[in-house]
Amino acid sequence: MQKTALAERKGDALMKSGADILMDSLKKESVEVIFGYPGGAVLPIYDSLYDAGIPHILARHEQGAIHAAEGYARITGKPGVVIATSGPGATNIVTGLADALIDSIPLVVLTGQVATGVIGTDAFQEADVLGITTPITKHNYQVRNPKDFPRIIKEAFYIASSGRPGPVLIDVPKDMAVLAAEVDEDPVVNLPGYQPKLTPNYLQIKKLGEEIAKAKRPLILAGAGVLISKAHEELKTFAEQQHIPVVHTLLGLGGFPANHPLFIGMAGMHGVYAANMALSKCDLLINIGARFDDRLTGNLNHFAPLAAVAHIDIDPVEIGKNVPTQIPIVGDAKEALEMLIEQNSEKAESEEWIKQLHDWNKEFPLKYERVEDRLKPQYVLELLHQETKGEAVITTDVGQHQMWAAQYYGFNKPHAWVTSGGLGTMGFGLPAAIGAQLAKPDAVVASIVGDGGFQMTLQELGVIAELGLPIKIIIINNHALGMVRQWQQTFYNERYSHSLLHSQPSFVKLAEAYGIRAFEIHTEQEAKEKMKEAFALNEPVLLDFRVEQGENVYPMVAPGKGLHEMEGV
Amino acid sequence: MKGIITLTVMNRPGVLNRITNLFSKRSYNIESITVGSSEQPDISRITVVVQVENDKELEQITKQLNKQIDIIKVMNITNQAIVARELALVKVTAATQTRSEIYSLIEPFRGSVVDISKDSLVIQITGEAEKIEAFIELLRPYGIKELTRTGTTAFLRGTQKTQGTAKNFSIV
Repeated sequence: MQKTALAERKGDALMKSGADILMDSLKKESVEVIFGYPGGAVLPIYDSLYDAGIPHILARHEQGAIHAAEGYARITGKPGVVIATSGPGATNIVTGLADALIDSIPLVVLTGQVATGVIGTDAFQEADVLGITTPITKHNYQVRNPKDFPRIIKEAFYIASSGRPGPVLIDVPKDMAVLAAEVDEDPVVNLPGYQPKLTPNYLQIKKLGEEIAKAKRPLILAGAGVLISKAHEELKTFAEQQHIPVVHTLLGLGGFPANHPLFIGMAGMHGVYAANMALSKCDLLINIGARFDDRLTGNLNHFAPLAAVAHIDIDPVEIGKNVPTQIPIVGDAKEALEMLIEQNSEKAESEEWIKQLHDWNKEFPLKYERVEDRLKPQYVLELLHQETKGEAVITTDVGQHQMWAAQYYGFNKPHAWVTSGGLGTMGFGLPAAIGAQLAKPDAVVASIVGDGGFQMTLQELGVIAELGLPIKIIIINNHALGMVRQWQQTFYNERYSHSLLHSQPSFVKLAEAYGIRAFEIHTEQEAKEKMKEAFALNEPVLLDFRVEQGENVYPMVAPGKGLHEMEGV
Repeated sequence: MKGIITLTVMNRPGVLNRITNLFSKRSYNIESITVGSSEQPDISRITVVVQVENDKELEQITKQLNKQIDIIKVMNITNQAIVARELALVKVTAATQTRSEIYSLIEPFRGSVVDISKDSLVIQITGEAEKIEAFIELLRPYGIKELTRTGTTAFLRGTQKTQGTAKNFSIV
């Protein structure tokens, strides 16, 4: 078929098809890669993409495309771009949108839509995508005039990546991509209702400085906001300058080096004892870019009962939402930390406190029992850390393997941790690794998944094989939906209702069917050998670690309990 | 408690959907919502009356609304000096014997009769919600056949009394 509308001059104005204008607008935003899947309603867009010169990764399912875009966005900080068709294409990306919104990941998602003339008539592959995605996007648009493409794309990238990042969806009716319009070379962004506040209030910064000088047991809780605003250097400088220990949220890992003497560990439901006790005993809590999620705080009645709380967040909604806050600081984490460093207020007298926290870490470290001839999942993660020196990019799903990765991997570098935190999405890790590897072609990327989650998006092995991405796929295979099994064991009298996966394919043969090298591993000795072998190869490798099914994630704060009531310490 | 929030919004498709979604997502009950054009083209004004447990909930709603891209301004005017009005249409049974009695109720409330039929009247009344409720209660014994209310629309009075307790501070 001929191209629908070639560029032509009409009088003085340059006319192009909506789809061509769209591609030009994407190029203006320096889009490096698009993740997508074609279909009827996006045929005009794909026709324009055919020779637009923007690389496109054909996922094997739209969910794979959007999780890959999330992985790309997490690593680069730039919006991941997705195209899906109308109806089922659009509904298949719903999980990814919700995941990106709750974890503040910038995305620009284009969905096809039936032509404007038939919207609302239950046309073939029609779904009310604006309605479906309104609660799970930072913002969404439907294009009603092809000349609006430049403005909408410019606004979408700005909204997705500024302030608290998030997904923006643009619904494109098929005729809008076909119709020709005058090209708006210099679109004007018109967003009077959107002005993210970046610079914190100086008086609040000053007040925090005064509190630090008074504090005996100060503590920094660092969340993903530190990574999003690329403030890891400032965080380190600030913590060292003021002599304040640091604990991380799950999503914050890597924002502060795990091997730093002021690092106490990850806090929360499966955090280390010292980190949770630090939250329970501190007299000043400085939250930087975390949202006091329930998996972090445990029972709110027992959360940081002795502390004055300062909360630095770019999203005012988060301040005071779950935890009463005495020093609210609305603004960008990097700017806030720069102001705090410059202020250089009197140091906290925290020597005793830091010593106490280290003593707790020595007394109650993470632990597991090694048994001869049995492979423990924690051992696999420790081995992975050794093999990659704590510098690999790690992606995960949700569940036991995710918690073990967070506990045992030891992140020394920022922007190397891609996990589904807030939404807890199974099937996230494998496609996210594709995006992460494309974002950093030279990085060592390991995708750690459970045997359950792996089977939710394993079709994306096709992309890994096709592109030869040297991702190491590490399956923590316990023939179970491990975290569900653990909760059924602990809270449901060992009634393992539909959580044990007795029947499984051979993951090795499955990988081999895709042309991917794979090994099945049963012992520590095999684990050592194959891990070394896998990371020496510059190609994808799947490692199926057959670990003990009964192994549980500890320590643990049971639901409804306070952080100081940890079990399995 | 009852909270009154006014919103200035871009007149774009989907705005109202985003707003009502926010309320339902956090299971806050909207008592009334009125939408209409404002003095500026492409900008609409919305008044929402909402049932909440406390001030903290109201603050959360205000912040969440503020976050929406197409919402330009959010004001919590619950404790401010405001002009708040609502309109109701009441169709009341009015036989010949009771008609003059009903007329005598309308006048002190400054209502007006907008339709008359053989056995009923339609009365239009405007004012604050409490006044309208009082009027409806007075009419009830005569037999209300139909009733419709617009919900409150409101904005700040030109002059605000100085308030001792600075409740409406902002952290932004």
